[in-house]
Amino acid sequence: MSTSDPQAAAPRLAMPELLIGVGLLACAGAVAWQTLAIPVSPLYSKVGPTVFPYITMTGMIVLSLLLILAALRGGWQPEEEKETPTDWKAMGIVVIGLVANLVLIQPLGFTAASVIMFVLVCYGFGSKRTLRDAVLGLILALAAYFGFARALGVNIGAGFIENQLNTVIDAFITVLRG
Amino acid sequence: METLGHLAHGFSVAFTPVNLLWCLLGTTLGTAIGVLPGLGPALTIALLLPITYQVAPEASFILFAGIYYGAMYGGSTTSILLNTPGESATIVTALEGNRMARSGRGGAALATSAIGSFVAGTIGTMGVAFLAPVVVKFALAFGPAEYFSLMVLAFITVSAVLGSSSVRGLTSLFAGFVIGMIGVDLQTGQPRFTFGTNELLDGVDVIIAAVGLFAVGETLYMASRRYAGKDEIVPLKGSLYMTAAEWGRSWKPWLRGAAIGFPIGAMPAGGAEIPTFLSYAIEKKLSKHKEEFGTVGAIEGVAGPEAANNASAAGVLVPMLTLGLPTSATAAIMLSAFQSYGINPGPLLLTTQGDLVWGLIASLFIANVILVILNLPLIGLWVRLLKIPAPQLYAGILVFATVGTYGISQSPIDLVILYLLGAAGFLMRRFDFPTAPVIIGMILGPLAETQFRRAMTISNGDWSVFYTHKLSLTLLTLAFIGLAGPHIWAFIEHRRRRGPEHVPGDA
Repeated sequence: MSTSDPQAAAPRLAMPELLIGVGLLACAGAVAWQTLAIPVSPLYSKVGPTVFPYITMTGMIVLSLLLILAALRGGWQPEEEKETPTDWKAMGIVVIGLVANLVLIQPLGFTAASVIMFVLVCYGFGSKRTLRDAVLGLILALAAYFGFARALGVNIGAGFIENQLNTVIDAFITVLRG
Repeated sequence: METLGHLAHGFSVAFTPVNLLWCLLGTTLGTAIGVLPGLGPALTIALLLPITYQVAPEASFILFAGIYYGAMYGGSTTSILLNTPGESATIVTALEGNRMARSGRGGAALATSAIGSFVAGTIGTMGVAFLAPVVVKFALAFGPAEYFSLMVLAFITVSAVLGSSSVRGLTSLFAGFVIGMIGVDLQTGQPRFTFGTNELLDGVDVIIAAVGLFAVGETLYMASRRYAGKDEIVPLKGSLYMTAAEWGRSWKPWLRGAAIGFPIGAMPAGGAEIPTFLSYAIEKKLSKHKEEFGTVGAIEGVAGPEAANNASAAGVLVPMLTLGLPTSATAAIMLSAFQSYGINPGPLLLTTQGDLVWGLIASLFIANVILVILNLPLIGLWVRLLKIPAPQLYAGILVFATVGTYGISQSPIDLVILYLLGAAGFLMRRFDFPTAPVIIGMILGPLAETQFRRAMTISNGDWSVFYTHKLSLTLLTLAFIGLAGPHIWAFIEHRRRRGPEHVPGDA
């Protein structure tokens, strides 16, 4: 089948899908660049650390070309997804929440950053009761922090709130042990 | 019967009070995350992977297995009452189950799905106990070339045969390969795909990949379509006790579902979609109440697919435990839990880690009993969980996502990778790329590479090992048929049907 089949209803180029295909081709390029950067010892010349990266790169190039071809033929996005308009505002606020978490987690510690993210994400999803969300977020973040940090022994960035509470809890345990 | 002896020993491991508690915790948590939309067993087990540094392998695998089985039970509740299948495995349950709930028979739908899950889960677990030693005997003959070919077969079936498009499935798989190769190459010590940064030397943790794709991606996706049709919870009506007629209409579909689900799950293809759809089609054909299908909801259409779903979930454990071959995202993450303990699943696992494997299998029987209790008399609790509003649910998921990822190394770089993968997961949802092959590719890809290099080293660089060994050739041929077969078939069909019509035009 040729792409310029005059009998078929003129296939519309699907821009988003084309971008995905081209983006994947660029990824394959990055894989090629990084594969060339792997130093190969002559000892391993037969099946060195680069054989699989090359296979992967070849596969990615073939697949991205097939995706680009599919995009030129009208794309593949399901109708249901196409018809649903993207709520950019909601998504934008959620993304702001994620970025805030990323930026604040080191200076403020996990709990404070999480509360801010929680409130923003709730707001993005349409919740209007910000104060209640903040309280909920605080409870959840503390539960998550102490669940993971103290029970699972995972070290999560502690900020002011965590340090205060840790001091209190440690003092409490010392008192209990008498 | 050797197996029965092993199983008895397994029960002695699983029946310790501590392990029973782990099982109870796992099944409860599993049901909860199964009920909650947006959370799945793969994500939950990934978030709990740090537990492997704290407790014995038996305990964490009993916990994980409980979550795995529990999510299957919980998922059907959501499908029936909310018509939003939490997982692809429960899409079919929603077809008839939600119609039953709407016509006031939600109780019977929940009962037949829970009891059917119990029956099929128990049969499936029995299947694991008896089939695993057989597969092990067969697998002991496998060399590196055979393992590599088997993995190729699994890659093809998981990404190309299942799902809506082989190109998109394979694209996901290859993306997984790239993520899996990031970091130091274990055989030569060379850094790969690190872009010269030190942060990437350790590779991308499977926790970050799973949480990014499943939690962050899902949250962004839900936020992007906030106004797209709200789901309503159908209030639970109808007695949870099935009538004699309902029992009569359920038991055969349960057994048929289990018979379809287990073998398909146990093949190196996995996936619950095919067995559930197959079971649905068969029940629709055999039912004496065809008029109920698609209208008021037929109980057979819930009983069969639910049983098939649970039996195939059990079946997936066979290649995972005996060959180290995960065929679902959840199984892949469980495999990485094995790796975290320094245990290599494979044919030797049953002998070297007998306590672990048989304790795990025994705990699956116990989990099934706990789950049927949790999901029938206590169903009201789970229905209440469905009422958690979306904003707080997704915000909460992100808080736990942060804990799980930031806790690994307290590096903001991990959060950046998490968000990038979340953005990728969002695009994948919008453009119909499957996400499970990414996780499978990233866990199984490096293992396939190891086997490949081992085979090539043994053969002194001779590629022919992959097609001169009979078993390896057979597996590769099967993989090729799986990849090319459907296309060739479609082409022939196309020719056969369209052919004659074209002749006049061509002449």
